[in-house]
Amino acid sequence: MANMPQDVGKEAVRAKGWIGAHKWLILRRISQIGILAAFVAGPWFGLWIVKGNLASSLTLDTLPLTDPYILLQAMVSGVTPETAGILGAVIVLVFYALVGGRVYCSWVCPVNMVTDAAAWLRRKLGIRGSSHASRSTRYWVLALTLILPLITGGIVWELVNPVSIMFRGIVFSMGLAWVLVLAIFLFDLLVSRDGWCGHYCPVGAFYSLLSTRAIVRVSAVNREACDDCMDCFSVCPEPQVIKPALKGAAKGVGPVIQANQCTNCGRCIDVCAVDVFQFGNRYSNASKTGIKSGEEYSKHTV
Amino acid sequence: MAESDNSRKSINRRQFLTTTLKTACSVGIMGVGLGFYTQRANALPPMAIRPPGALPEEDFLGACIRCGLCARDCPYDILFLGQLGDDIPSGSPYFIARTGPCEMCEDIPCVKACPTNALDHSLTDIEKSRMGLAVVIDQENCIAFQGLRCEVCFNVCPLRDKAITLDLQHNRRSGKHALFIPVVHSDACTGCGLCEKACILEKAAIKVFPTNLAKGELGHHYRFGWKEKEKAGKALVTPDVKHQYNLPEGVRYDLQGEGLIIDKKPSDSPFSSNPLDTLNRKAEDKD
Ligand code: SF4
Ligand code: SF4
Ligand code: SF4
Ligand code: SF4
Ligand code: SF4
Repeated sequence: MANMPQDVGKEAVRAKGWIGAHKWLILRRISQIGILAAFVAGPWFGLWIVKGNLASSLTLDTLPLTDPYILLQAMVSGVTPETAGILGAVIVLVFYALVGGRVYCSWVCPVNMVTDAAAWLRRKLGIRGSSHASRSTRYWVLALTLILPLITGGIVWELVNPVSIMFRGIVFSMGLAWVLVLAIFLFDLLVSRDGWCGHYCPVGAFYSLLSTRAIVRVSAVNREACDDCMDCFSVCPEPQVIKPALKGAAKGVGPVIQANQCTNCGRCIDVCAVDVFQFGNRYSNASKTGIKSGEEYSKHTV
Repeated sequence: MAESDNSRKSINRRQFLTTTLKTACSVGIMGVGLGFYTQRANALPPMAIRPPGALPEEDFLGACIRCGLCARDCPYDILFLGQLGDDIPSGSPYFIARTGPCEMCEDIPCVKACPTNALDHSLTDIEKSRMGLAVVIDQENCIAFQGLRCEVCFNVCPLRDKAITLDLQHNRRSGKHALFIPVVHSDACTGCGLCEKACILEKAAIKVFPTNLAKGELGHHYRFGWKEKEKAGKALVTPDVKHQYNLPEGVRYDLQGEGLIIDKKPSDSPFSSNPLDTLNRKAEDKD
């Protein structure tokens, strides 16, 4: 029997305890806040662990990290970056290509805390209704942000990118950045479920493209145990990715969540009282009944 | 069965096309909006000066990824990043000369920190940087123009006597003093803003502006005769034959040089230029 969205995770808490039912969520919050803390430790307490922001940074004066998406926008507009910039982007690219691009979304991006809060409140208040934008809109926006620098010669998206503006606001100073944060919160709460991250954010879109062959993937290893409580669907920011893996056994689809929109947040693992999901890798995807991989499945159905 | 399947497919295809079109259109409109917003947002306010080595503004906005590494590595903490709500393109670095001028670090750490060459790494000599150009903009309030000795801007300039000089001029007010007029030279001024910071006025009379605002530009056909003469080593036009001017006695005209030369003062007019003389004479006449 499907649970109400308001009651998401209650069964899991009963079965595994509060910590057990929030393990990945807690780890994620530690990661997100820890990263922010590393960046603000310098300006606030003089502890210069990391300098810069998510666009580009220097850790312990040695390790350069650069956001490949922002660097790409700069390169489209016609610059040749410094070696440190390129090296930083390559390191980031390789990392996310292995662990899943949208790990950026769930473990790093500061906006995630805002949209998660909106999604939580939305469930608690039982707000329904959603806008009709397609989830592929973000790829159009992504294309737009790479075409505009070509036409205008400037990194246009970075003038308005809430991800950059919010992070920079916290690390440098806020200005009116909070207006943008509030706007996203209200949009996700009142207008569209997972509106920003799930439909428009080109950063998430870029990182999802990056993770097409990612090794770390969530797998519905124990899918026979699924009792259709629907909690994972209620809590997942990209619920469409779950169905093939969870319900595809009859069609011979493997249990690994292949879709690159999955953020590897692990909330589905937390929230499932009967422990259907686990972190695994792309390759242990043998379906017990079968033949086809999830990708083939989606090829056949789309 | 097959028919209904087909029609379902074609409905799906039509639906797919409409959604795609709708999405494409709305994203297109968003693009146009963004384009206009950029136009507006890219107009940098005149008091915001870019760090040393910054590419020309249009290129800079394409190259700077707004990481703030330059700001972090500036030992004097003068660089800020534009925030949402500022007039400065959000996230891009700038400084305000009056409150925090660039101290012209010899090793230019801000440039070294930049990962994208938005601050051009080929700049290795800070004296070659051109952040802007200082302009003595308010001659009414600059006290040097009133004949008072100030010279503060001149003295603080790291390129004193090259970027800024003092031009001695006759003080027509007192008649016997000199004016020490500060003059900025664009071939040497780095635009650091140290002079603007140091100006003793309530509001600086010397200000650093982005070079494109500070500098005028001659018509491209325009040539200065004396410069051309210097270049060519001789006058470019045949000098006039010695001219006979119909001038009063004691007055000459030097065509190539000083112009009108008065060898002897013309005879005094019946009235002295000093009104006191007239008054005194009146007093004498009474006797
Ligand atoms: S989709 Fe965008 S805003 Fe959302 S978490 Fe990912 S990067 Fe951040
Ligand atoms: S499928 Fe699971 S791990 Fe992936 S985004 Fe959804 S809740 Fe997170
Ligand atoms: S030269 Fe020195 S003082 Fe000037 S902006 Fe760069 S780091 Fe700051
Ligand atoms: S270091 Fe370079 S890219 Fe980063 S904010 Fe400064 S100018 Fe921009
Ligand atoms: S800005 Fe002022 S202090 Fe700096 S180089 Fe130019 S004249 Fe000198």
